[in-house]
Amino acid sequence: MKKSKFSVLALLMAIMLILAACNGGSKETSKENEGGSGDSSKEKVLNVNNSSEPGSLHPANAQGTHESWILEHTFEGLTKKTEEGKIVPGNAESWKISEDGLKWTFKLKEGLKWSNGDPLTAHDFEYAWKYALKPETAADYAYQLYYLKGGEAYNSKKGKEEDVGVKATDDLTLEVTLEKPTPYFLDLTSFYTFYPIDKKVQEENPKWALDAKTHVSNGPFKLTEWKHKESLKIEKNENYYDKDKIKLDAVNFALIEDENTAWQMYQSGELDLAYPLPVDIQGQMVNSDDKEFKMGKELAVYYYNFNTKVKPFNNAKVRKALSMAIERQKITDNVAQGGQKPAFGVVPPGIPDASGDFQENTGDLFKEDVTEAKKLLKEGLAEEGMKKLPDFSILYNTLDSHKKIAEAVQGMWRDNLGVEVTLENAEFQVKLDREKAGDFEISRAGWVGDYVDPMTFMLWETDGAYNDAGWSNKEYDKLLNEAKSTMEPKERMDALHKAEKVMIDEMPILPVYFYTKPYMVKSNVTGVYAPINAYPNFVYADKK
Amino acid sequence: MLRYTLNRFKWAIITLWAVITLTFIIMHTIPGNPFAKEGAMPPAVYENLQTHYGLDKPLLTQYGNYLLEVVQFDFGPSLKSSSISVNDYILKGFPVSLHLGAQALVIAIFFGLILGVVASLKRNKWPDYFSMVIAIVGISVPNFILATILINYFAIKWHIFPVATWATWQHTILPSIALSMMPLAFIARLMRTSMLEVMGQDYILTAKAKGLKRSGVIIKHAIRNALLPIITILGILTANIVTGSFIIERIFGIPGMGDMFVKGISNRDYPVILGSTIVYSAVLIILIFIVDVAYTLIDPRIKVTGEKK
Repeated sequence: MKKSKFSVLALLMAIMLILAACNGGSKETSKENEGGSGDSSKEKVLNVNNSSEPGSLHPANAQGTHESWILEHTFEGLTKKTEEGKIVPGNAESWKISEDGLKWTFKLKEGLKWSNGDPLTAHDFEYAWKYALKPETAADYAYQLYYLKGGEAYNSKKGKEEDVGVKATDDLTLEVTLEKPTPYFLDLTSFYTFYPIDKKVQEENPKWALDAKTHVSNGPFKLTEWKHKESLKIEKNENYYDKDKIKLDAVNFALIEDENTAWQMYQSGELDLAYPLPVDIQGQMVNSDDKEFKMGKELAVYYYNFNTKVKPFNNAKVRKALSMAIERQKITDNVAQGGQKPAFGVVPPGIPDASGDFQENTGDLFKEDVTEAKKLLKEGLAEEGMKKLPDFSILYNTLDSHKKIAEAVQGMWRDNLGVEVTLENAEFQVKLDREKAGDFEISRAGWVGDYVDPMTFMLWETDGAYNDAGWSNKEYDKLLNEAKSTMEPKERMDALHKAEKVMIDEMPILPVYFYTKPYMVKSNVTGVYAPINAYPNFVYADKK
Repeated sequence: MLRYTLNRFKWAIITLWAVITLTFIIMHTIPGNPFAKEGAMPPAVYENLQTHYGLDKPLLTQYGNYLLEVVQFDFGPSLKSSSISVNDYILKGFPVSLHLGAQALVIAIFFGLILGVVASLKRNKWPDYFSMVIAIVGISVPNFILATILINYFAIKWHIFPVATWATWQHTILPSIALSMMPLAFIARLMRTSMLEVMGQDYILTAKAKGLKRSGVIIKHAIRNALLPIITILGILTANIVTGSFIIERIFGIPGMGDMFVKGISNRDYPVILGSTIVYSAVLIILIFIVDVAYTLIDPRIKVTGEKK
């Protein structure tokens, strides 16, 4: 009896000891966090949530928004974007473009420094771009540098490093030679793959980006703490050329994946900014006059792919019929609920045209019309020798919002066209695999533009990497080539307008809506803005 | 006992090897690949990634290399995150999950046993009904709902505890309670049933007839014997709590191991899938072993020896 009592007691004691040990390790954190709330000290600290652990904080290895949000505040490229989306000098002071649009010469600001005090030169840019292209680096976004002459060849082991079109001719001059004229190249230079890296640091310690202690950057903030899966902290960079305009002392990034939890933390005052918001909260806020609610523009479109290789979706009339028979406003108002804009084209608003806004100039490229849709469906099916649509499904990746939208579309097709469609849920990776293999009839998709130019939404070139619809149209290809071979803005934009129209006329995809970027900021925080293709920016934010 | 332990150890290793091999095979047969993205990746970029992570080698070579690494306790890099290796994931996440799980388990055992014993002793009286209502709530209300309710009242409305993250001991309270409710209810119900059964046994009547005090009978004879079924399920229950707290970890933003496996699978992050499977299997095997040993200690009638077939 004594023995057994002792053993149970020992087991409980062991558990308690483990608990105590685990707890001991986290006490330090608590103090730091309490200090970081900014209530007791005079430090201006912003608390936000980065919804996932960054995969890498090295500009060459970063893969997406979870990294880019932090990189955009800790690094700076040759250019940067203003609140209005205008491209202004960043590390570059000025630039010249050759007449053929192929040669770009950037002059860097004088006296630029890295966060560790090292001087920052044009050589760091040359080194960083070539580093990202080096095959051994295995950078996901290396293809963003394929615009450079010889970039793709070097990355695919067919060319040499010295042939890549970027060269620092002296400490302040960077000469860039492009493969083709690329009018939006300036926009790209503000993208993180184009950021510089400290050549000296990279060569001395290739693992510098893995730890806050060794992390070196050139932006308004520097990384000072990185607790994996827990939190990150960035502090004002005293070596930043524009440091006097930076009002925040630090930003704490929590790493909370669950949107509802992040929202609850915002409500309890633990966070100063909440983005993204849970869908139902978006819905509530869009219809309220809450002053903390902000509606940012987003460079993205939500759409369905038609598999144009499969009967009867190879028929443009069938595709158009299905597209014309859904009610987008109902979907955005009642299902998506984020103030999204119904899409009657593929290029979202917010992209400058030769003059004005590209999307506004385009207007609606088609109309919802059930009567016309019924007629087109009948004709299209007859052309394919069919009397009714065969069994087909909408393939979507596991996410509640995709499911709800698919259910809404299912109901609209049933009510408006008498068409039955089944819904097929697949894991994201499986959906991608099936799309690439052409194993679907209709699949959900979305596209976020890489840069602010309509070209980033022209995805349906014959055999194009992003053309999951498998659509091919010579006129569309020709118009895109025209746009790619000229630097003349009017001529370029005309070609892109025509290309979008050709594509929408045949409708290999069914556009649903243009995304928005709803977020919340506490009223004592000022100066936060949301660039069209990035998370909310707080470089120049202030907290009272 | 030593022979038995060694024998068990041998089988534990064989089981782990089998788990690794099966996971490796299944992992490479499921559709999807770790580098797939919306829109195709240029072939050169894809090839560079495959070469970088050794995925261009024949599967058998990859398998052999992986086993060699595992023997050296190196679980490899994460394919999705160059900033953190699988070893880092485990070293960082496991103690947190263990802490959360152990704390929840202590709450569950302590209150579960008390509720179970009280319910059985006060059968069909209000303490019994009260205990069983708690047990029913614990079993029927999913822990994510309970977590949301706890956050809503204790964090947002009353500001007693923080909403989420894992910084101080206050942060650990709400998730531990949310996680403990189901096992607590389970233990309470099992303990009640077990106690009622034991209390009806002849030796309890004999003990009472011998004039032993009621409290002595209950503590010395009834509870001790009623604990046996609880201890049997404790190993699996512990493993479930420690490794299965994914939802609670997600809701409370706890940097544990819970999401490692799930995310590893959805990202097709092969080393993460294998690493977490190995840890989970090891935890389960170790706990089952501990329970077996504890069982023999509590009930001397059960002797497990190497000789016994």
